[in-house]
Amino acid sequence: MSRLRRTMLYVPGSNPGMLADAVIYGADSIMFDLEDAISLREKDTARMLVYRALQTVDFGTTELVCRINGLDTPFGEKDIEAVVAGGIHVVRLPKTETADDIHQVEALIAKAEAKYGRVVGSTRMMAAIESALGIMNAYEIAHASERLIGIALGAEDYVTNLKTKRSPGGIELLYARSQLLNAARSAGIAALDTVYSDMDNMEGFADEVSLIKQLGFDGKSVINPRQIPVVHRLFKPTDQEIAHAKDVVKAIEEAEAKGLGVISLKGKMIDKPIVERALRIIDLSKASE
Amino acid sequence: MRKHGKQIKIYDNKSKMVPSLEEAIRKSGLKSGMTISFHHHFREGDYTTNLVLKHIAALGIKDLTIIPSSLGKVHEPLIELIQTGVVKEIHTSGMRGKLAEFISEGHMEKPIIIRSHGGRARAIEAGEVKIDVAFLAVPRCDKMGNASGNGSNTTCGSLGYAMVDAEYADTVILMTDDLCEYPNMPASIKQQQVDFVVKLDEIGDPEGIASGATRYTKNPKELKIAEYASRVITALPEYKEGFSFQTGSGGASLAVTRYLREAMIKDDIKAGFALGGITEPMVDLLEEGYVKHLFDVQSFDLIAAASISKNANHHEISASEYANPSNLGCIASGLDFVILSALEIDKAFNVNVMTGSDGVIMGASGGHCDTAQAAKNTIIVAPLYRGRLATVIEQVTSIITPGNTVDVLVTERGIAINPQRKDLVEHLSKTNLPIVSIEALVEQAEQIVGKAAPISFEEQVVAIIEYRDGSVVDRIYKRG
Amino acid sequence: MKLKKEASAGTMDSCDINIRLDNNLMSNTNEIHLKSVVEKQYGEHIKNLISQVIDKYELEGVVVNAVDRGALDCTIKARVESAIQRGLDQEHTLEWSVVHHE
Repeated sequence: MSRLRRTMLYVPGSNPGMLADAVIYGADSIMFDLEDAISLREKDTARMLVYRALQTVDFGTTELVCRINGLDTPFGEKDIEAVVAGGIHVVRLPKTETADDIHQVEALIAKAEAKYGRVVGSTRMMAAIESALGIMNAYEIAHASERLIGIALGAEDYVTNLKTKRSPGGIELLYARSQLLNAARSAGIAALDTVYSDMDNMEGFADEVSLIKQLGFDGKSVINPRQIPVVHRLFKPTDQEIAHAKDVVKAIEEAEAKGLGVISLKGKMIDKPIVERALRIIDLSKASE
Repeated sequence: MRKHGKQIKIYDNKSKMVPSLEEAIRKSGLKSGMTISFHHHFREGDYTTNLVLKHIAALGIKDLTIIPSSLGKVHEPLIELIQTGVVKEIHTSGMRGKLAEFISEGHMEKPIIIRSHGGRARAIEAGEVKIDVAFLAVPRCDKMGNASGNGSNTTCGSLGYAMVDAEYADTVILMTDDLCEYPNMPASIKQQQVDFVVKLDEIGDPEGIASGATRYTKNPKELKIAEYASRVITALPEYKEGFSFQTGSGGASLAVTRYLREAMIKDDIKAGFALGGITEPMVDLLEEGYVKHLFDVQSFDLIAAASISKNANHHEISASEYANPSNLGCIASGLDFVILSALEIDKAFNVNVMTGSDGVIMGASGGHCDTAQAAKNTIIVAPLYRGRLATVIEQVTSIITPGNTVDVLVTERGIAINPQRKDLVEHLSKTNLPIVSIEALVEQAEQIVGKAAPISFEEQVVAIIEYRDGSVVDRIYKRG
Repeated sequence: MKLKKEASAGTMDSCDINIRLDNNLMSNTNEIHLKSVVEKQYGEHIKNLISQVIDKYELEGVVVNAVDRGALDCTIKARVESAIQRGLDQEHTLEWSVVHHE
């Protein structure tokens, strides 16, 4: 089963209690934050806590991501070294604007991997795009590294950059979301949507999740564990979709067994996109159980 | 065996009103060595227990046994009364704070006796404890002693614990700060039970009385546990039209009510009754028609307190009706589900809600063992660990509720079913809930928090824990 | 090695531990003073853990004042190390392999 990224739970790197418990909420990925959630005075201690948590806490099979500080700060480089040494799965770069931003981080990751005995190339990357320039360069960013598993939209900074603010329908994000999604798909990587920060408005949150799911996003960043079941529920395929997907898979297996090149189901030809969609639906339904 | 009888007295047509508390104590005939009682409906806002004992001490009366329905942090002045010999023995459901530490350190000659709410009612009815004088604070009362829980200054709703005392104590003294015109109806305590009425300036602190109120938790861990617990309930066959349940007032336990409400709406299932300490979410369910009756021995918040006089199907019940095992059926005996919390729970499913894992008394027995034994399905909700202390452990520090009356433990990291409940194992293994063995949870907790050094105790017994039937279920020893 | 300055790390929040380090002006021995909500169950263990970290950095004559609110081992280690790095003026320059070395 390919890895699902429906939910990426933000956990402030400065909070020991939340670091220890992050795994219990069933998010597909956990994102330890060393950047915006951490005050300048505590950058060093949060980095240390995240490193120790990575080394000690049993996070099961959850994908572990760390949002580092940018390389234009005094913290970014040390962050990379610490989390790579700690065994992070994915390094997430904030405020990515160019492909070169990715290359710089990639070089530091490779250096740290060599130094701390990790397989060079094993640490994956994610880029968060949070500005108009980044959105315009989304294609180059998405294609900048083999390590990239996805790109994500950071809407708060982006709308400020656009000289607007977020609205319930999200019309102001339509271009950015579409551009980012196409960039991600062209590179064969995941597209992740921004956070929804009004934790008490579960209806508004659900509307936004439905929207980004329809656009084609893989998932959403969440800031509160309570948002996780909402995303997973909305990403859960319908019984009809699951039944169809199972028929498709069965048809492929039968065709393969018979050595047939052309596969058909109920008189309709099954081509590659249909197969891909069916496999994804089966993955999603398994994860939603 | 027969019920203990209250002394028969005949009304002398004189006023029951007494000008001062001191006078009331004198008139009651209270002497050294006697037994007096209080109720804990005012929780941390209780003024009268300390006040009454101060007056008693001033009169030179000593060696008293006190049997409040429970004690809180506010009762710290008892320490001095123990030291000066005014109070010799304590029977209570629980205690907290400095007084609890003082007792845990072995400063009292006689061990305290801890009883559940049902066990206390049983012991009083059976005459195992005879109350000479009951001092009962009541939010509203008339001159003849008809008393109720909603007054102009203080409000506590149900007077369920006090009702037992009024019925069985030889002498009953009511204290109120809202003396109203006769008759105060409907009344929880009735005039034929009452000897004297004292009007005081203040009987309690409304804010402290509300300290039983628990806000709806936003703690995601508690919500996760509550969500699992509600899914356990809805997966069992007893969850059907007309089912009954009780949830406690703790964060996770209270949140179960909210999740259960969502499920009941979705499944179009209505509960026959809910029981317990009643809280706002329960009242919501009653008013929305999702619960047909509420039985209320203790109102945890002002919404619940107000609902008693407003909603016809919100019934005030005494502690005996609530949970006494020695009668022809307390209301708890009809429970399909009870959700209870735990400070500790062990491999044998024994639950401790009384002592911290450092051996210090810090909780209350409450209706824990009563409802656990009475209900068809007892579900414990607790985090796997709190701070650095494991909740799920090898052996509990003290037993309040024996493991053979506990059916399911729900934690944020897995759900354990008591193996003796094969039916539950069967039903719940059909769900996608994370079912694990309790041993696995113990192991997981220890892996996270590390192994705790054993606590040492001395030989002196500081508390005897009675089970609801009066048998001794455990003893608490002086801390080493 | 001596600390360059007094330093602290960690908060008084639940599940955390606050560590304050000072140089011992009287002697070269290390002292650990611990206040913990789990003193009875974990007091000795926590002191040993703090002591191990201090030894790893080969510090001498350090006075540790720790206020523990139920922190797990990984948090205790992290807080002590952060305090040490701050005391050595190296919180953003320390060679991470020193931390990584157990």
